[in-house]
Amino acid sequence: MQGGLLVILTDKLFYGINYLSGNEFISQLIMVIVQIMAIFAVISLAAIIQVYMERRICGFIQDRLGPNRVGPWGLLQTVADMIKLMGKEDIIPVKAQRILWGITPMLLFIPAALIYAVFPFDDGAVFVDLNVGIFFVMAVMSQSVLMFLLGGFASENKYSFMGAMRAVAQMLSSEIPMAFAVLAVVMVSGSLKMTDIVAAQSNMWFIAVEPLAFIIFTISILMEINRTPFDLVEGESEIIAGPFTEYSGMRWALFFLAEYANLLSAAILTVTLFLGGWHGPVLPGILWFLIKVFLVIFLFMWIRWTYPRTRIDQMMALSWKVLLPLALFNIAATGIGIYIYNWM
Amino acid sequence: MIQTESYKLSMGPVHPSTHGVLQVWLTLDGERILRADPCMGYLHRGIEKLLEKRTYFQCLPYTDRLDYVSAMNNNLGYCSAVEKLAQIEVPKRAQYIRVIMAELNRIASHMIFIGSLAVDLGATTGMIYPFRDRERILDIFNELCGARMTYSYIRIGGVKSDLAVKVISMIDDFLAKLTDMIDEYNDLLTGNEIFQYRLKNTSILTAKQAMELGITGPMLRASGVSYDLRKDNTYCSYEDFDFSIPLGEKGDNWDRYIVRLKEMSESAKIIKQALAGLPTGEFMAKVPKVLKPPKGEVYDVTEGPRGEVGYHIVSDGSAKPYRVHIRRPSFINLQALDIMCRGYLVGDVVAAMSTIDPIMGEVDC
Repeated sequence: MQGGLLVILTDKLFYGINYLSGNEFISQLIMVIVQIMAIFAVISLAAIIQVYMERRICGFIQDRLGPNRVGPWGLLQTVADMIKLMGKEDIIPVKAQRILWGITPMLLFIPAALIYAVFPFDDGAVFVDLNVGIFFVMAVMSQSVLMFLLGGFASENKYSFMGAMRAVAQMLSSEIPMAFAVLAVVMVSGSLKMTDIVAAQSNMWFIAVEPLAFIIFTISILMEINRTPFDLVEGESEIIAGPFTEYSGMRWALFFLAEYANLLSAAILTVTLFLGGWHGPVLPGILWFLIKVFLVIFLFMWIRWTYPRTRIDQMMALSWKVLLPLALFNIAATGIGIYIYNWM
Repeated sequence: MIQTESYKLSMGPVHPSTHGVLQVWLTLDGERILRADPCMGYLHRGIEKLLEKRTYFQCLPYTDRLDYVSAMNNNLGYCSAVEKLAQIEVPKRAQYIRVIMAELNRIASHMIFIGSLAVDLGATTGMIYPFRDRERILDIFNELCGARMTYSYIRIGGVKSDLAVKVISMIDDFLAKLTDMIDEYNDLLTGNEIFQYRLKNTSILTAKQAMELGITGPMLRASGVSYDLRKDNTYCSYEDFDFSIPLGEKGDNWDRYIVRLKEMSESAKIIKQALAGLPTGEFMAKVPKVLKPPKGEVYDVTEGPRGEVGYHIVSDGSAKPYRVHIRRPSFINLQALDIMCRGYLVGDVVAAMSTIDPIMGEVDC
């Protein structure tokens, strides 16, 4: 079986376990657990790395140092923060609807983690290669809006509720241009399968074929994951963190974790759809993948620390009046392009 | 049957973007603002009353604590009122030094304005840059009088100490870099489309409305009314300097931002001229150790960074003022918040509040 570095490693591990257990079913079961754990490890580790990255990049952009005291180069700062968050008092607002309020952070983590199942990290390294992969991604991604609504509603706080309302409006307006931008990619690659989309980019990345779709997608994915300039749901200077206002300690940390998991998945999605996934010369696929993903994350952070926040009506006007017509135009143009290409 | 109703939202007194402890009661229809009532008094310290129990010299540090972002301008306002009351002639050199310090503090105050406006609109980096540059001015003040915020440098009859050579070189150094700093703000904020969209055509305050409310300072000038006490009611040798008054057209948030941005360069011009033509001589007039101004009252106004800083002092002939009333520009400018917010969205409230640029120490007094 051919495959990238990750696949070879996994195969080695599988043979090792098989040799020890002697039962193929048990070893496959163990492998599944190992893979799930690996995905969780990726999410948590990525959150820690991204928080550190964000602080250092923010410090760099803002002409200051950033964390540099805990551990070498401040690497353990996030760990220290995690310990601090765990030690915090668990404050539950008196008026909050306790059950709904309590389960929201955990529920929010489900779509954030589920989405990782279909990402191709390397040649052949994909947990489930669904034939409707990209459709699944879009469907799961839009679930997180429900948790924002739930958290904001259950907090019984006007700011939180306003944030929840904003979340719904924002997700609705971002999903549609995003879906149409992705549709153009699907038209070119001819498949909804994530691995096929990556495979179709072995010669030319889709950013070159579909530059307009790339721009629309990047803007709408920023809306989708609530990053500046579209962090209206949080809007800390207007509605004080919106749905998260009443959360503190570990509950808030879960929101935070989900946010960074979403940032990572947004970067992975951008890389998979437009930047050729794990394709690249010389270096192994997984390394290329990581390099690209972190470059995209850097781009998102750069945007965050440069731009002010838009207003809710401006954001919706942008997505319905500018991005959506552009995306539709892009689909038409792509269709004509494919027709001409086939005819030639 | 589906129906909507308005609701009330308390913004503050503990809120990240109310510039201190201001509470605003918003009546909202969804996100649209029907009414905004500023509710003040959370920082009230009774300064006006406290001044009645202090001698004229002891009053001075209290004026630092009014508008703590531009303490020099408050010192200046108080001192010139007392000097007018006691008929003290301030030496020319002291007047020039006062102008330099007041204008430097105006620049520092406008930097705070730009920074807080940026952070209220969500641009954190836009906050850090002006605050970083303001540090240079604070360093100058630190070198000058040993304090970074509450200076009490401008004294009745003159200034506390003469300008040291090092301070002059620091000011020169700062002025040389100011153009680069303003260019940086222009790159980061002024040219930014999101920033422009957020500010243009929002929270419009017409010239008529502004004048009816008694708005002064950059807010009034942004509405297109050319009214600057430095030109219209000159004090402290401002007539010696050549500078222009930037004016806005519409009176929207954008104009208020641009007016302040341009005022920074104008202030720099004044400082340059004052440094070039700095007269020699005394920096302090002869003031009696116990100052007992003659019976009477005086109202004197100066142009602070936020508007007209007025001191109304009533003297009964003793060493302590009988009554001091302070016209605080932030307090009067804050009245416009309701007009500026009605019909706009929640996101505009913070922008409107930022462009009013209130300092709560001054509002509550």
